[in-house]
Amino acid sequence: MIARNLKALAQALADKEISSVELTQLYLDRIARLNPEINAFVTVDAERSLAQARAADQRLAAGKSGGNCGPLTGIPLAQKDIFCAKGWRTTCGSRMLDNFVSPYDATVIAKFDAAGAVNLGKTNMDEFAMGSSNETSYFGAVKNPWDTARVPGGSSGGSAAAVAALLAPAATGTDTGGSIRQPAALCNLTGLKPTYGVVSRYGMIAFASSLDQAGPMARSAEDCALLLNAMAGFDERDSTSLERPLEDYSAQLNAPAGDKPLAGLKIGLPKEFFGEGCSPEVMQLVEAALAEYRKLGAETVAISLPNMKLSVPAYYVIAPAEASSNLSRFDGVRYGYRAPEYADLNDMYSKSRAQGFGAEVKRRILIGAYVLSHGYYDAYYLQAQRIRRLIANDFVAAFKQCDVIMGPTSPSTAFKLGEKAADPVQMYLSDIYTIAVNLAGLPGMSIPCGLANGLPAGLQLIGDYFGEAKLLNVAHRYQQATGWHQQRPAGLE
Amino acid sequence: MSLTLEQVRRVAHLARIEVSDAEAQSTLGHLNGIFALIEEMQAVDTRGVEPMAHAQDLAQRLREDRVTEVNQRAAFQAVAPEIEGALYLVPKVIE
Repeated sequence: MIARNLKALAQALADKEISSVELTQLYLDRIARLNPEINAFVTVDAERSLAQARAADQRLAAGKSGGNCGPLTGIPLAQKDIFCAKGWRTTCGSRMLDNFVSPYDATVIAKFDAAGAVNLGKTNMDEFAMGSSNETSYFGAVKNPWDTARVPGGSSGGSAAAVAALLAPAATGTDTGGSIRQPAALCNLTGLKPTYGVVSRYGMIAFASSLDQAGPMARSAEDCALLLNAMAGFDERDSTSLERPLEDYSAQLNAPAGDKPLAGLKIGLPKEFFGEGCSPEVMQLVEAALAEYRKLGAETVAISLPNMKLSVPAYYVIAPAEASSNLSRFDGVRYGYRAPEYADLNDMYSKSRAQGFGAEVKRRILIGAYVLSHGYYDAYYLQAQRIRRLIANDFVAAFKQCDVIMGPTSPSTAFKLGEKAADPVQMYLSDIYTIAVNLAGLPGMSIPCGLANGLPAGLQLIGDYFGEAKLLNVAHRYQQATGWHQQRPAGLE
Repeated sequence: MSLTLEQVRRVAHLARIEVSDAEAQSTLGHLNGIFALIEEMQAVDTRGVEPMAHAQDLAQRLREDRVTEVNQRAAFQAVAPEIEGALYLVPKVIE
């Protein structure tokens, strides 16, 4: 039961094969048993989850007589602990918010509640989503279910590990520079970062506001489509939310029919993704996936994203600059951590922030404060924004030659816990293939494309603006023809 | 470019983050490594390129000027470190 996809779970609930309370309890039991080792969840609140499940069961019972039951009614979902959920402790992986019980719901949470889904718990993450290994969390590192000596990726590492270890059927993530796609790749999941502005950021604790975007992490493109249907949509509470008609992301999954379902699809292969920098074992799996796509009728074309190599430097100016501004709200006055002892107001701020933030968060705040400071603004922040434009323009030109861009999601499979923790620059380079997508604001996915020495690798799919349905279609067609997304880690029974 | 210990201390002060001498020293090493990465940008000629602040170049939306939020003071103050009535308490700033 716990390994079924969302559609099958919804069917089991509709057929009364299982109730939402029973299903939720199955996952809660498994979390109780396996979470001490995996550390995927920061907060579990069985009573709250089961109360939601009971309400869902009532909706399901009434549903037969014409009630309102969507496909997620009664389905338990793990929520990244970056989303404020009313009455739930919401920590963002930080000591700063260790004691914060949210007085309100993020729009994403409210939408899942309205869809009848059950909040199964809050998942571990890199502190304030700053990291690529989940090792910066105040609540300890998350273990990769494929090899517990390795990282699950980050920052949505808890969500990825939860789904990979069958502690939840699906989860939410957020992606500022790769935080959905990279952990999805390292844990054999399908993850989607939508076009900037498609999913509301209201109640999603801000890291870098012009880059942050929430999306689903699940076992298949089909499941991601169901989740995105619930998450997407205009929200007047988010000033950058886009006003556009709602889409049914499931509708185009199977289009068009035929034995060459992707005939005519042009896949762009940027030479910058296929040069040095990627491990040979990952590259081999990516090449095999591309061969599969050609069998499905797609054509591959060589393209170039000449400014790609500048995406990491530009990102590490823009993201910290926005973070230093966003995180200035954590001052120990209205909520969050306050130092126990201080001399005066400034000392209270400085000590609360020194004790409440971890080392990586402090580093990024300092970088941000520096690049925004007088005399350095033009050389760093403005230059980074100009390079951001060049990177976005590269994609605009590329999409004149192709429908979708593909390459590796991450240059390697999951690395060992502690391997890169001491060297921020090495950690930052884990995201070389994902960051440009956030700078441009495009949708991107990672789908499983095989195992190297027993560890998963991800194929990255990048779409044009609002190309989510296209990406899901292209991913789904591959998943119908291959079984990599159905592979599961051994030894977690 | 290379930062000095004094610059690290100054920027930490601007960001209101207390740093010990040992922390300032290790932070200096890390920041210099990160800035070495960032410096790759400086070689690029970006004259005439419009800075891109945002993924969607849209104007800010305006909303109708009416009250839409309800008063939730009690709920918001429930998570505050120290309050008195409707006030948030901080150390005395005016003698």
